[in-house]
Amino acid sequence: MVIGLIVVILLPFILGIGLYLKSTMLLENQSLFKLLFSSDWRPLAGKFGFLTFILSSVWVTVVSLLIAGPICLLTAIHLTQYAKTWVLRLMHPVIDILAGIPSVIFGVWGILIIVPFISDYLGPFLGKQVSGYSILAGSIVLAVMIIPFILNILIEVFKTLPDELREASLSLGATKWQTIKLVLVRKAFPGIISAFGLGVSRAFGETIAVLMVVGNVTTIPKGIFQPGYPLPALIANNYGEMLSIPMYDSALMLAALVLFIVVMLFNLGSRFAISQLEEKE
Amino acid sequence: MDQKTKITISDLNLHIGKQQILKNINLEIPEKKITVILGPSGCGKTTLLKSLNRLTDLYPEMKVTGNIMIDNDDILHTGEDITRLRQKMGLLSQRPYPLPMNIYNNVAFGLRISGRKKKRFLDKRVEHYLKMANLWDEVKDRLKDPASALSIGQQQRLCLARGLAVDPDIILADEPTSALDPISSEAIEKKFVELKQQYTIVMVTHVLRQARRIADYVVFMYLGEIIEQGTAEEVFDNPKEEITKQYLKGTFN
Repeated sequence: MVIGLIVVILLPFILGIGLYLKSTMLLENQSLFKLLFSSDWRPLAGKFGFLTFILSSVWVTVVSLLIAGPICLLTAIHLTQYAKTWVLRLMHPVIDILAGIPSVIFGVWGILIIVPFISDYLGPFLGKQVSGYSILAGSIVLAVMIIPFILNILIEVFKTLPDELREASLSLGATKWQTIKLVLVRKAFPGIISAFGLGVSRAFGETIAVLMVVGNVTTIPKGIFQPGYPLPALIANNYGEMLSIPMYDSALMLAALVLFIVVMLFNLGSRFAISQLEEKE
Repeated sequence: MDQKTKITISDLNLHIGKQQILKNINLEIPEKKITVILGPSGCGKTTLLKSLNRLTDLYPEMKVTGNIMIDNDDILHTGEDITRLRQKMGLLSQRPYPLPMNIYNNVAFGLRISGRKKKRFLDKRVEHYLKMANLWDEVKDRLKDPASALSIGQQQRLCLARGLAVDPDIILADEPTSALDPISSEAIEKKFVELKQQYTIVMVTHVLRQARRIADYVVFMYLGEIIEQGTAEEVFDNPKEEITKQYLKGTFN
């Protein structure tokens, strides 16, 4: 049992160190700064600039959070403050089912529904000629995928708020909505931020569903209707295929390392914030 | 007792599912006196207090029947706005729950939500009520600090100031000193004795000595029923019921 425990604890370190060792080859040749902030991606010429991929990842993550965040917040408020208890009980399995659907299914759904919706309806409606495979399509699919995770945490956060705080605010003559807006949301604020942080760490690393709808074009996206090429998609699409090109595998390992570090930081940061919140209660 | 009545409760019953929490409560609470509701834990004291400002509305599983008359208005069946009604009563809970904002805004909260937002007016009121709760001298230099940075005794006095700031007639207090150290408790008790000049105070407690120190009128509850009520002298010196005698002697189990 102890050995099992040690293995589990060491896994992230082993992963991180492995990725680092594999990417040192490239790092010895080129400076990290140049690799991260150049958009010149020509593997055959030995140019590995990650900026396009990093920015694509940031785009889909931010836009998906902009979509999922308000939906989750309002839903959590409704479920914990307004809805009858049986509604909340009913919603728990629904949320869990949504969280358990394999991501490839979301990808297919994105190709069949979201991409045509953007190219046939939303694009023309806004007067744009678009293929539909875009940052927006990736973000919508991602938003649907992270909603259950964020929502679950938010529901817990709102449930842990003490009844007495609500009572205190109401007894001062606040309406229910004033109580929610001015007192409960403010009290829950650190928890809300952590929930969003965990959502970000999931969105940033999600691979297959995004890869299927995002377009995978190696240019820096300048708007949500343009295609992008996030980091996980880069790794998944190219690993194993182009490894005859010198340094290519090392470059992909570096991409993986960047992904790993970003996701880990968001995860740890959010968990730390949540633990702080629990201690205060 | 030659006394004006502030709150008249008649035939109040409260059920949660099949369980009856309050049974046929009939009670007259005198104006500008301290009425102490006494009794062992779980006897319905807190629930009775919460029905007075309709916080029972928060829990849809609670079914309330009967009448509670405050100033000739039956608050259980009132046409008046519930938020206005609640502003007639300041509430102190067992533990202080400061609002997640700074000290100043905690006191100004009730005033702001009822539409009084002028800074000069608020400044004056905040100072006035913090002084009234004996907190002003301790916090006047750090009004912008979060209320959670105060000690728990200071927080409870802040909650008192916050409740007084909406200008109620009635103070409802639910074991307001149970989380406090003896010195802070004494401060609150003294304050209550002072405040009864202007306010009708209803306090729930299970601390017998506290009740003896400050009560004018005592209500003894047991298992959701009022066993005995009367002036402090009557109940403490000449209890009529056997259960009350046992409880007062401390031989109660």
